[in-house]
Order: sequence, then structure tokens, then C-alpha cells
Amino acid sequence: MKIEWIEGRTLDGKVPPGPLHQKWQYFKDHQKLVAPNNKRKLEIIVVGTGLAGGSAAAALGELGYQVKCFTFHDSPRRAHSIAAQGGINAAKNYQNDGDTIYRLFYDTIKGGDYRSREANVYRLAEISLQIIDHCVAIGVPFAREYGGYLANRSFGGVQVQRTFYAKGQTGQQLLLGVYQSLNRQIARGTVTMYNRHELVDIVIIDGQARGIIVRNLLTGQLERHGAHAVVLATGGYGNIYYLSTNAMGSNVSAAWKAVRRGALMANPCFVQIHPTCIPESGEYQSKLTLMSESLRNDGRVWVPKKMDDVLAIRNKQKNPRDIPPEDRDYFLERMYPAFGNLVPRDVAARAIKKVCDEGRGVNATSRAVFLDFEDAIIRYGKSEASLRGITNPDPNTIRKLGKEVIKAKYGNLFQMYEKITGVNPYEQPMTIYPAVHYTMGGLWVDYELQTNIPGLFALGECNFSDHGANRLGASALMQGLADGFFIIPYTISHYLADKIRIPKTDTNHPAFDEAEQRARQRFEKLLSVQGDQPVEYFHRQLGKIMWNYAGISRTAESLLQAAENIRALREEFWKNVFIPGKIDELNPELDKANRVADFLELGELIAIDAYHRNESCGGHFREEYQTPDGEPLRNDDQYAYVAAWEWTDTSNPPILHKEPLVFENVKPSTRSYK
Amino acid sequence: MKLTLKIWRQKNAQDKGHFETYEVDAHEDMSFLEMLDVLNERLIRQKKDPIAFDHDCREGICGACSMVINGKPHGPLPGTTTCQLHMRHFKDGDTIWVEPFRAAAFPVIKDLMVDRSAFERIMQAGGYISVNTGSAPEANSIPVPKPIADKAFDAAACIGCGACVAACPNGAAMLFVAAKISHLGLLPHGQPERYIRARKMVERMYLEGFGNCTNIGACEAECPKEISLEHIARMNRWFAKASLIEEG
Repeated sequence: MKIEWIEGRTLDGKVPPGPLHQKWQYFKDHQKLVAPNNKRKLEIIVVGTGLAGGSAAAALGELGYQVKCFTFHDSPRRAHSIAAQGGINAAKNYQNDGDTIYRLFYDTIKGGDYRSREANVYRLAEISLQIIDHCVAIGVPFAREYGGYLANRSFGGVQVQRTFYAKGQTGQQLLLGVYQSLNRQIARGTVTMYNRHELVDIVIIDGQARGIIVRNLLTGQLERHGAHAVVLATGGYGNIYYLSTNAMGSNVSAAWKAVRRGALMANPCFVQIHPTCIPESGEYQSKLTLMSESLRNDGRVWVPKKMDDVLAIRNKQKNPRDIPPEDRDYFLERMYPAFGNLVPRDVAARAIKKVCDEGRGVNATSRAVFLDFEDAIIRYGKSEASLRGITNPDPNTIRKLGKEVIKAKYGNLFQMYEKITGVNPYEQPMTIYPAVHYTMGGLWVDYELQTNIPGLFALGECNFSDHGANRLGASALMQGLADGFFIIPYTISHYLADKIRIPKTDTNHPAFDEAEQRARQRFEKLLSVQGDQPVEYFHRQLGKIMWNYAGISRTAESLLQAAENIRALREEFWKNVFIPGKIDELNPELDKANRVADFLELGELIAIDAYHRNESCGGHFREEYQTPDGEPLRNDDQYAYVAAWEWTDTSNPPILHKEPLVFENVKPSTRSYK
Repeated sequence: MKLTLKIWRQKNAQDKGHFETYEVDAHEDMSFLEMLDVLNERLIRQKKDPIAFDHDCREGICGACSMVINGKPHGPLPGTTTCQLHMRHFKDGDTIWVEPFRAAAFPVIKDLMVDRSAFERIMQAGGYISVNTGSAPEANSIPVPKPIADKAFDAAACIGCGACVAACPNGAAMLFVAAKISHLGLLPHGQPERYIRARKMVERMYLEGFGNCTNIGACEAECPKEISLEHIARMNRWFAKASLIEEG
């Protein structure tokens, strides 16, 4: 068993010239434009209606393009951006605490462990200001202070308060804002919306993306749609781990069809494991639920120092409340005093795994640590009592007032926790454990968010561009909206300016026949297997392989094992999967099988990418490459590049193309949060 | 725990539909949907047709799940979606009745899946603020009093599941529509279109075949996000004002 690949070419990220802070301005000053009368003649397909896709479709519709927008959900509002909890970053510096665009840029580059493109990240930080302005204008009810001005809180990996939020439902409120903007364009007729339609292939004519094939999920019919450009905003691939905080339907298939047509998949091994999720409760578990990073503003993470206490808690002989402070190990505060509980996600996740590997996990499976709000309840209670002029408040009053403050800040999260676990987190510390949450890797795109296939763009989590090897909290929402509202409207016009004489795509073109045929054959093949195991079985097995061999920490050996097991599982899938029903009807099992079949290819590529990258950085932790105190050891001499993989079939080794990462403004250094 | 499930099976919109009985073994820490997953996996292994139901985020925010459990949309717990309902709230030996959301404006697609596209068309009729990307003023240039912002947020918390419609004996969508009208109309940024929005959305709501409000309050009681009836009163006020403004 071995892992092989072929060395490819060097990629050009098309970063504009000039100093960092003028690159985006330079692009806008020099880009080609499309006049309003020509915009009306140009068609754009947008796939996905989360923050990136929804905002792109709305903004492009506003400009007057003819947009066709697709989602597999019954409504654009159900896209998984809806579930983002904590917040959205912007360098507004409303807190007067020293924030600047440069600092947001710097925090993001450092947080990503120096594996992202400087120019993209700087642009993101610049645009963050406009995003907040626009979201307020479209009706997002952000949290406010009593004076009526916007409130902020802090997230991991930063020392300023720049996160805007709407309780623990920021993603919901932003997505509804986007959905509203999208609805306005649907009403105006600039956007045609196709709900319950899933992309099943991408049509390329003369080397350019000119259309898609979709499956109407209600009827099973395949449909052809042509355009002058195709925009994918179809999210990440975290669901490959089976258990993740992703929604059940989240999948890689649209991006993977692009890869199969020649698009490059960049840094697929950069997967974010979020430290604070509700631990697994049993084999039947279908997904995991995140407890927002914002909770680490006030929650303290700990395990007992003594094994006796650990065992007593597991056996329910002791309540965590009975453990005196001196016998608790607040290990994040101990290991990372400068950032404490608010270290970045990858750092916190590894630390939690470490104490659990030492045997100090606090639940029956020994895969859990405490996230405790007791100190915050007391602290807020005292402050609230003082605000209300209560002198010498008794402990009960303090707790009561403190709980009210906590409820106002995190009420829905506490409620969600109690619903799932049956434990009241105001009285008992939460138990949490890391779980797969986000994927930094994705389709390779240049500065213009265009893949290597002309006319095919990728936005949001679907691309790889801004977060390097680790994403900072509250930055996914920022990126999705930056890409959709404020970047693609410019860069797509630069592309389409040369296409104004090209007529509408003829969907009778042989390339459409071929793509539709390919899609149909794929579904027929899936249905024809008629084996014994449901799709769920294969997905669950794949998840276990990914988590055990390509999860929080990896080794060359474990990755070889992952690749071997995935190949075997893929073979078994195509021999033994059973899918009920027919091709030309509503058939959720068939849809799921199509998605899992793609995961079974991507999984192998993740293992290959992780195996080839002989260094540790961000979410990619190779045990062979660590400092004496267990911190990741980067290798900038050999791996300061984006690994963009070409994978057009499973019978040949993938081809590794590289985009060198040039740091002109920040000097990559050891990322320290101590 | 051993449970008997009586589940609504309906092949398509034309089919009459019927209840089918299933015995399942559930664990108290399972969510209701995980219990159905286990049943579906069994049905698939028996080469039978699995039960169709909409679901996605499984954390109570996407609004996809749409079933009536023992006569109540999203089941017996207040402020809870079906995906957040855990089996510990049932007892060993219980019989549980599971049906789709039922309303004239929500035709059944299959089994427990319904067509809620009428909600989309209501939203398209006016559920937005007309502002183009790029034209917004600085975010803090218009302060919004915290109580107003909080009230708007409470209305905006609607997940668009349609439990309010399923709960209402008249099949009315008042709470859903009012929540959006209230959310946007309360905020200063949405006030220029406050009345016209109310008129357009309400008119569309009636066109879609939703019933009328007779102040029963079942919508509020069954809303998984506990959205208040107060928003309906506000909507009615603004709707009335919209006609006055137009006539005047």
C-alpha cells in the first residue's frame, strides 16, 4: 500500500500589483465593466443560497444580470449558514480598543497559520466594514447597547472586541437578511429561483463553464440550464466525517463534480475541528451540535487534577460542583495564559484531546471536558447587583442576577444544550468535546474567485481562499458575505465583459447531451447495485475512518491506513449498496447515495493531501512534526504553498499543482498564544 | 424503550393516505428524528420504502422539520422543534401518532413532507427592505433603541417552519406573516415600506389560500420560537393604515 501523486505546474493567484492596502482598489480601478444594457443579456447561474450564494444572487440580480439560482432545500432560507451561532467580525473599532483593518488581516493570517493568500485576506478585512453597514440596512437586528449603538464581543485568537452578533443566532439573522434581498430580486424577475433542485454535473463548452445539469428532487427529472458563467457557493465538506456540526444535507457534490471536470481542490486536509460541541451520546447519533465559541468569553474549560475525582464524576459519586478550585485544572488558562480560554479553535481542540487522552475526560466515554459558567454567573451577578444599587447582596441574589445576564447573552444556546442533554447548564457545567465543524480547504480560486476553469467561480466555504490552515471564529460569515455581496459583482463583470457578444447558451449543444447522459448513467448505476447495505452504513464507516485516521491528529502511517480503508470501502459501496425506489421520482436515498459516493473519493484525496504535507499547521496536525511542548511545527521552507489537486478519475494518481504563498507584509513566525 | 408508532404514509399528493403501525426500540437520548432514522434504516434493510420527511440542521434553526406528533406540531414540548425533541420525554410502551403539517395551503408531497412554497411567495411579495448593495450608510449612523432592536429580533427569530399554520384550526398564516412585517417595520431602516409591505404580504397570504385569524392563539402556543401574538396586532394596525393611506 502506498500513496502516489504526480507533480504538476505552478499556479498564478492573479494578485493585483501595488502595496497590500491598494490591491483591491487597483483591481476595481482597472477591471472591465459591463454596461447595464448588456448585463440584461447575460445569464449567470448561482448554485447555493447560503450567505455566499444568496448574497451573490441578490447582488448580481440588483445589477441587472439574469440570474438563475439553485438550492436542494425547499427554501433558500434553509441553507446551513442559518445555523451559525456566534457572530461576524468587522474591523469597525467601535470599542476604541485598537482594532484596525491591518489587525484583522494580521489576526486572520496568523490564525490561519500562514497558509493563506495575503491579498485575499487583506481584502476581506477591508470589506468587513461595508458588510456591517449593509447588513444593518437590510434589516439584520444585531445586538445593541442601551444607547442604540451596535454591541460587540470577543472571539478566539484575537485581543480586541470586533464580533457583531444577534444573540446566538447570528447566522440565522444574516441569512434571513440575505434571503430577503434575494426575495426582492425574485419579485423583480432578475433572479429565477429553483428550489429542491440539486446540481449533478457542470457543462463545459470550449473550456468554459456554460451550464449545469440539475436533478429536480421532487420528480427525479434531469434538467439543463445554460449561462455565461457558473458560480458555486455550495459550502464545505465536513459531513464526510459523518458526525459533524454540518446539517444532514451538507455535501461536497457540486464542488466534486467541478473537480471531476478539471477544477482543482485546494488544501483538502485543512479541516476545522471545533473544540466545543455536545459530546456523542450513542451509535444512533446522526450529527453533533455546536456550542458557540462565544461561550468561551465567559465559560472556563476544565477537568479535575486528580484521577480519583475524574472517576468519581464519571461514576456520578461526585458532582463537579464538589471539586474545589485548587483541584481543578483550567488547562487552557494554564497552557496559554495570554489568550486563556479564547485560544483559536485548533489549539483548544488539541488541548482537550490531550487531557482526554491522559484519561481525564469527565463522562462515561472519557471524551468530554467541562465548560463552566459558575464564575461568570457570580461575576455578572455582583456587577448587576451593584448597578441596581443592592448593597451586600446575598449569594442567592447574586446567582439569580448573574443567571439573568448569562441568559440574555447566551439564552438560546443554554436552552439548546438542555434540550439535547437533559442537563441544566445554569446549575451544572456543560460537557463538551471537539467535532468537525468547517473546512478551510475547497476549490482553488484565484484573487477573482475564479477556479482554473474559466467562467466557473467558487464562493464562501466552497473555496479555499481566506482561512489558511485554520479559520478564526466569526470569520466564515464575514467571508461568505464579502464574496457574495462585494467581490463577485466586480470580478464576474471583469470576466463577462468579453462575453457580451456571446449568445445565450444552447442547451441542445452536444456537451449538454454528454453531461446529462453521464449524470443519468451515474444514477442508474447506483440503483443497479441492489446490494444489502443502506447508504447510511457506508457514510458511517467512512466517518469513522476519517475521524480515526485523518482527524484531530494524523501520522503518515494513519493516513496510509485511511487511504487504504477508503479505497476498500469505496469498492464495497459500488458492490453492495442498496438504494430503494426509482430514478424518476422523489428519492432521498438516491440523492444521499450520490453524495456519499463523492465523499468516498474526496476522503482519499484528503488522506493524500494530509500525507504529502510533512508539517503541522493549523488544523492539520501531524504527530511527527511538533515542538517539544506539543505545539505544531510548520515547515515554511518546503510547504509554504497551496496544494491544489487535480483528480479527474480514480484510476490515476492525482496531480499536485502548487501556488507558492508569498508573504510580503507579515513575516511567518511561530504562532504563539502563550 | 419500546414504542408503537402510527405514522402517516401517503405516496403523493393524489393518494388518500393512511396510518401505518411500526414497533420500534428507542433510546431515551435519541432525538425524535434519530428514532425515525433507525426505523428508516430498518425499512431499507427490509427493502421497503422509507418514510419521507424534511429535515436538515437538526438543531432547531433551519425550520425544515414539519411533523405533527400526537396532535401537536413539533410534538408535546413548548418552544421545541421536532429535531430537538428527545425520546426521554416519552415513556416505555407509549403509542405515538405522527402526521404531516396539515393545511389547505400546504399540500402533502409524500408521507410527512409538505409543500410550503406558499411561504416563499408571501415573502417575495414584500418581505424585504429595498436597498441595493453598496448604498448603505455607516452602520452606527442610525441608533436603534435597544428595546426596539430586541423586539425586532424576537419577531425575526421565526424559522419559517409553518407550525403556526398547522396549529391553527383555520389554517391561517398570520403569525408567520406578522413576524416578518413586524421585524422589518419596527426597525428604522424598514420603516419607509412599513405599510405597503403589510398590504402586499397580507394580500398574497389570502391569495395563497391561508385562512383567517379568529384569535384562538394556537399559533403562539405551538410556535417553536415562541413568537408573540402581539405581532399580529401590529400587522393588523399597519395593514389598516396601509388602506387608509392609499385611499386618502
